[in-house]
Amino acid sequence: MIANKVGRLVPSFVENLGEFEPFAGVFATPPTGRRYAPPLCKPAAGGKKLLSSLRQAILASGLQSGMTISFHHHFRNGDLLVNMVVDEIAALGLRDITLAPSSLQSIHQALIPHIRSGVITAITTSGLRGELAEVLTRESLLKSPVLIRSHGGRARAIESGELKIDVAFLGASAADIYGNMNGIHGPAACGSLGYAMVDAQYADCVVGVTDNIVPYPALPISIPQTQVDFVVQVDKVGDPKGIMTGATRLTRDPLELYIAAQATRVIEASGYFCEGFSFQAGTGGASLAVAKFLKEKMAATGLRGGFSTGGSTGYICEMLKEGYFSAILDTQCFDLAAVESLRTNPRHVEMSASYYANPHAKACTAHITDIMMLAATEIDTAFNVNVLTGSDGIMMGASGGHSDTAAGTKLRLVTAPLIRGRFPIVVDSVHTVITPGECIDVLVTERGIAVNPTQPTLRERLHEAGIATVSIEELQWRAEKLTGKPEPLAQGDELVALVEYRDGTLIDVVRRVL
Amino acid sequence: MPKRLRRSMLFVPGNNPALIIDAPVFAPDSIILDLEDAVAVDQKDAARELVVSALKTLDFGPSEICVRINARHTPFFAEDVRALTPARPHALRLAMVESAEDIACLDELLTKCEAEAALTPGTIKIMAAIETAQGVLNAREIALASPRLVAMSFGAEDFTNSIQSERTSHGHELLLARAAVVLAARAAGIDPIDTVYSQVDDDAGFRADVHAAKQMGFAGKSCVHPRQIAVVHDVFSPTAEEVMKAERVLAAFADALQQGSGVIAVDGKMVDGPIVAKAQRIVSLAKASESSLEGRVR
Repeated sequence: MIANKVGRLVPSFVENLGEFEPFAGVFATPPTGRRYAPPLCKPAAGGKKLLSSLRQAILASGLQSGMTISFHHHFRNGDLLVNMVVDEIAALGLRDITLAPSSLQSIHQALIPHIRSGVITAITTSGLRGELAEVLTRESLLKSPVLIRSHGGRARAIESGELKIDVAFLGASAADIYGNMNGIHGPAACGSLGYAMVDAQYADCVVGVTDNIVPYPALPISIPQTQVDFVVQVDKVGDPKGIMTGATRLTRDPLELYIAAQATRVIEASGYFCEGFSFQAGTGGASLAVAKFLKEKMAATGLRGGFSTGGSTGYICEMLKEGYFSAILDTQCFDLAAVESLRTNPRHVEMSASYYANPHAKACTAHITDIMMLAATEIDTAFNVNVLTGSDGIMMGASGGHSDTAAGTKLRLVTAPLIRGRFPIVVDSVHTVITPGECIDVLVTERGIAVNPTQPTLRERLHEAGIATVSIEELQWRAEKLTGKPEPLAQGDELVALVEYRDGTLIDVVRRVL
Repeated sequence: MPKRLRRSMLFVPGNNPALIIDAPVFAPDSIILDLEDAVAVDQKDAARELVVSALKTLDFGPSEICVRINARHTPFFAEDVRALTPARPHALRLAMVESAEDIACLDELLTKCEAEAALTPGTIKIMAAIETAQGVLNAREIALASPRLVAMSFGAEDFTNSIQSERTSHGHELLLARAAVVLAARAAGIDPIDTVYSQVDDDAGFRADVHAAKQMGFAGKSCVHPRQIAVVHDVFSPTAEEVMKAERVLAAFADALQQGSGVIAVDGKMVDGPIVAKAQRIVSLAKASESSLEGRVR
């Protein structure tokens, strides 16, 4: 184990996963090598791709024990596909499969028996939640630790061939029999298929799965026929109730509204809230309320934004429609209003995870955005942020685009209540580093605002605008005055997850919680 | 020291630890930990203990901390006062005050409890809540019933019940009672505080109601939700324009005093005694509002 740039001990070699470099700084490790390329293939006569069942598709794909399968998470907790495919794989007697979805949700707890029985023996994902996450943090069930990647980092790993996908099973709410697909028509409409685009481009075999076959061509084309090997029609690919998140409503919580109002003041004073500014809001909590407050300022001053990026919610789409933003670049839609906007507004377009956040793409929007609203389950006095593990050390979230956007955005603003549950948000050292403190400019809580000492200009700008700031240690003290200092967690030596930074180096590990 | 502002008085249920801890974040001028309507009869003891413990351990910042205690005729009244006094809230707001005797009784009990807790007599102030027809009719005597009295609040929900009416959006049924509370309190030199506005989602209605309260002479308003506080502060604080004008009046007045001139004009208008007094009030309110901003909760 060697210490990396944020002082975490990380392994340089892990059985079954290979060698790793330690995290050396945000842009410190340059890429090497070339892009991976899937094999050329001869399409079936007449372009016939439609198969009658998942089992047929698994057999046709040539999937073998020991291979890697991938999925996207656009159906979120309404995803039915991962569980269906793994059930079929198990029934076919295949074993030792690596599961490489863009993320996992609580509905995927159905995979636990397949993990215990050895059908799935390795997982790489952006995040995991619920019982599956708890089991994988408390027990050592896989042959190697779960490999956590950011959205941009996953796209990078796929493009570089580090994550070689043998078969990608990509759900779509609409597809034609030749494999053109989108997520904006049909009963399981989920909007953008941004995370699936990278899999479609680089997987050796691509299986499109839909419950809604439409006449050729399935327009608009999010994933083209040129990348798809087979198409399967199933009864139901996703449950709309789980696809639409509840996290996209504007909060009514007075504390979150207060934090949002403070964050809005910080943004206004930062110098980045100017004509044509670009913005990523995120969902839930205070961040959507910030969008609302910014809209009020824009309405009053006539100032207009440039592009909005990341995921989209109905509220941001409404702002696009009203002219507050000029475009939305979208990797995922969080609600039906956003899906509708993607369907009807030509200035609302899908982008792939690589276009969004791949550190080794020739450009990514995460590097050219002005203002980014970030969340935190914990932040430490060095401003390192955790969004993966909870106060109990159990995995419960996702790396997502957190470290990607923080690396390149001009203003990186974390909003969080200073106390959540009975725990302080500011701690001596976060349980898991997802985003290094060098990428965080300011923390806004209901009990004070702390600017990273590396950003003296920002602090001056806030002071000039009459916004008081305190040190992050002062915020920690204010929290601990109410909560006390939490006891250290009891954890073993065994590694249950590795956290890869977006450039492929290791930034942290997650140890088994006892 | 500037006069203590009582523009916003935020009610916080006395049985909800999370809301009690968060209350100072919103920086109301006063926080009222409620042991009366917000707490069910079978939870009075637990809530009282929680409030006592909160008063002893939490830092509420610059906000004034009051506890709304149960009415004199309830079985909880005396124990509320006995338990709370050693925890030293700034004030007790007595619910359902109907007579000067109610206040005198609380004053007497407080004096006794303060002595037992080795506190200086008069440490804990009183606010009288006028919530019935009887209370309104006796408002004048009530306002003068104790030197501890610092404010008199009006409660419309119980009041409309006592006159067998209902609250309406125009509020005509409350006009006389609100005016009576303002007159009684102002005559006694204490702060009149207006009733709550319960429709938390109606921002425009609330703002209009706060404007009306200010116009009637109230010093502040009871709030049931933190989001109401900013509106109250906005309405009750003088605008920059008002402050500038008041400062011009005071400067001209000071000038005139120095030069021994009897007649003053500002912006072409004659300035007399009441205008100078008003200007002084505006400047002092502005200063207090400013210092309340500086002392915002951390």
